[in-house]
Amino acid sequence: MIRLPLALFFSAVLFSSGVYGVLARRNAVMVLMSIELMLNAVNVNLIAFSQRLHDVTGQVFALFVIAVAAAEVGIGLAIVILIYRNRETINVDEVNLLKW
Amino acid sequence: MVAAAEAALSNPGFLRYTWVIALLPLVSATLILFFGKRTPGKGPIYGILALAAGFVMSVAVLWHFVTGGAPYSSSVTWFEVGTFRLELGQYVDGLTAVMVTMVTAISLCIHVYSIGYMQGDKRYTWFFVVLSLFTGAMLNVVVTDNLFQLLVGWEIMGICSYLLIGHWWEEHANSSAAIKAFITTKTGDIPFLFGIFTLVFATGFATTNIQQIGEMASRGEVSTVLLTAGALLLFGGSIGKSAQFPLHVWLPDAMAGPTPVSAQIHAATMVAAGVYLVARTFSVFVHANPIALHVVAAIGGVTLVIAALLALVQDDIKKVLAYSTISQLAYMMAALGLGEAGYAAGMFHLFTHAFFKALLFLAAGSVIHAVHSNNMSEMGGLRKPMPRTFWTYLIGSLALAGVPPLSGFFSKDELIHAAYKAHDYPIMITLLAGAVITAFYTTRMVMLTFFGDYRGHGHPHESPAVMTGPLAALAGATVVVGFLGFAPTKAPFLDWVFFEHPEAAEVSVLVVGLSILVAGTGILVAYALYRRYRERDPLTALGPVYSLLEHKYYLDDIYWKGIVLPIRDKASAFANWTSQVILDGVVNGAARVARALSGLVNGFDRNVLDGAVNGVAQTAGFTGGLLRYIQSGNVQRYAAFLFTGVVILAIVFTRF
Repeated sequence: MIRLPLALFFSAVLFSSGVYGVLARRNAVMVLMSIELMLNAVNVNLIAFSQRLHDVTGQVFALFVIAVAAAEVGIGLAIVILIYRNRETINVDEVNLLKW
Repeated sequence: MVAAAEAALSNPGFLRYTWVIALLPLVSATLILFFGKRTPGKGPIYGILALAAGFVMSVAVLWHFVTGGAPYSSSVTWFEVGTFRLELGQYVDGLTAVMVTMVTAISLCIHVYSIGYMQGDKRYTWFFVVLSLFTGAMLNVVVTDNLFQLLVGWEIMGICSYLLIGHWWEEHANSSAAIKAFITTKTGDIPFLFGIFTLVFATGFATTNIQQIGEMASRGEVSTVLLTAGALLLFGGSIGKSAQFPLHVWLPDAMAGPTPVSAQIHAATMVAAGVYLVARTFSVFVHANPIALHVVAAIGGVTLVIAALLALVQDDIKKVLAYSTISQLAYMMAALGLGEAGYAAGMFHLFTHAFFKALLFLAAGSVIHAVHSNNMSEMGGLRKPMPRTFWTYLIGSLALAGVPPLSGFFSKDELIHAAYKAHDYPIMITLLAGAVITAFYTTRMVMLTFFGDYRGHGHPHESPAVMTGPLAALAGATVVVGFLGFAPTKAPFLDWVFFEHPEAAEVSVLVVGLSILVAGTGILVAYALYRRYRERDPLTALGPVYSLLEHKYYLDDIYWKGIVLPIRDKASAFANWTSQVILDGVVNGAARVARALSGLVNGFDRNVLDGAVNGVAQTAGFTGGLLRYIQSGNVQRYAAFLFTGVVILAIVFTRF
């Protein structure tokens, strides 16, 4: 039985590294992967509390998050491929079309 | 109203349809206009049929009065304005019956005659359109029972006279004459219009019906001042239409039109309308201040003499006739000016004059047609080549001169008798003096035209039957109609045409003797002078008087220099100055004020309003400029904002 604070600490580290990856990495694939890290950090949290509180709802939510994450990665990777085809780069700094 | 009730009691019979007589020529004018050129004979047939039908109907209407019928009146509403109602109506009494008969008969003759006279004319069909319309307008004036309908017919006549006088408008003189006629008569029409307003106002806008106005006047329900003003203003219209002094100047110039037109204007329509108007509205004149009738008499008397004198010196045969018409119309006016006593006599002279004057004009037209000149100095001796024209012309001339037993003698005798009976000796003397001059110039005209040797070019020949036929018909009428006023046969005319109550026919040996004497004097003196043709007119012996007459009393010059030129030069220069300096000044001033104002508004607009608007925009732009750096398009920066937001929210939710 893993203690709750340990699980939460691990989750926090995981989430923080995910945030760092999203904000700092240039490679779009790495950004997507970092998002996965953040999602999984959330999953860890959900499972930990589910254990602690003896409530299965958290685990159900975690399953939903995994499903959504899979879909997200699918679309995300498709977008990355299209960007690469059009611009020959997947550097997110250079893909700055979403502005005024 | 009593009269109307009586009219309802006695069977009006055919009188109900009198208005159709006035409508027929209008219909025929339309038909000629639209189908004339496609019809065999190019159109006049419609007008002739319409007038023939109208003449037959007129005789039927007249018969009603011959057999002692009562007047008849009916109307339909034309339109209403508030409580004021305008009507289309007819009022048929003996005068109307006599007038429609006279107008249709003469106009019919003129139509037939015009077929010959106008043959080959460029605007042949158009001529008949206007001629028919002219007749229709006159008949409309004659049968109407109210002033507004009368005005409509009156003005249509004005425009028709303009069109016909200027029928040959290619020549500048002709179109000028047309304009002169139109403007001069229009000068009279303005008072006429105001006269109508005055009378309608005087009745309190109750009616425009002439008979009702007359009845109100006779009951004293209308203020005498307004009545007098109305009468004088109406008479202004008569002066213009009937070419009385001082608006007579258009009529001699109107000779520029084709001769049948002159006959039409001088006999059947137009000038007769002016006299008819006074007769129709006579109760207004009678019940107004006596000054109204005095003015009528004075204008008549003055015109009578001056026009007759002018006829003495004319060389143009049509101008002699024109001045004679003015003078004869003045006879009628003078008679009407006598009041009730002269009413029937004046109308009788209108009636007989129409026949012999139409005859004279048409015969003169026949002469002009033959010799291709209007000038009597280029005529002479036409008695032999043109016998029919000569004899008919002679009959007309003798009637004009007042030789018994022709119609002119009877009517003129009655006029003089009326003046005698009214003890208005100045008028009587004027009439007698006029008669001498009339006889003189008539004889001069006949002598110069038909006697002596031919002085013109070519070989004159008799006109075709289509022209001499109407001449014969009119000559016959000239002989016959006089007996309608022949006292020994009880003068039936006086039973048909009267004002309020019929007069008994009277004969005064003194008057008959006087009129025969003056006519004889005039004729004999003229015969003596003109028996042998002289290059120099014997009248030139009169010296300055002759030159005064030759220049038409300088009236045309006075009008030209006193009215036309000042209006054209001075007034237009003044108007020009006014418009250049004053009006333009006002306009420019207004423009400058507007510009200054708009400058202010502009400044306000630019600085305050635009400032506010631009300020808002600039602020928004500035803020946006700052904010836009946030929206860099860099996904990671967006994500950073997102996380920052989340952190802030987390802190807010947990701490507070």
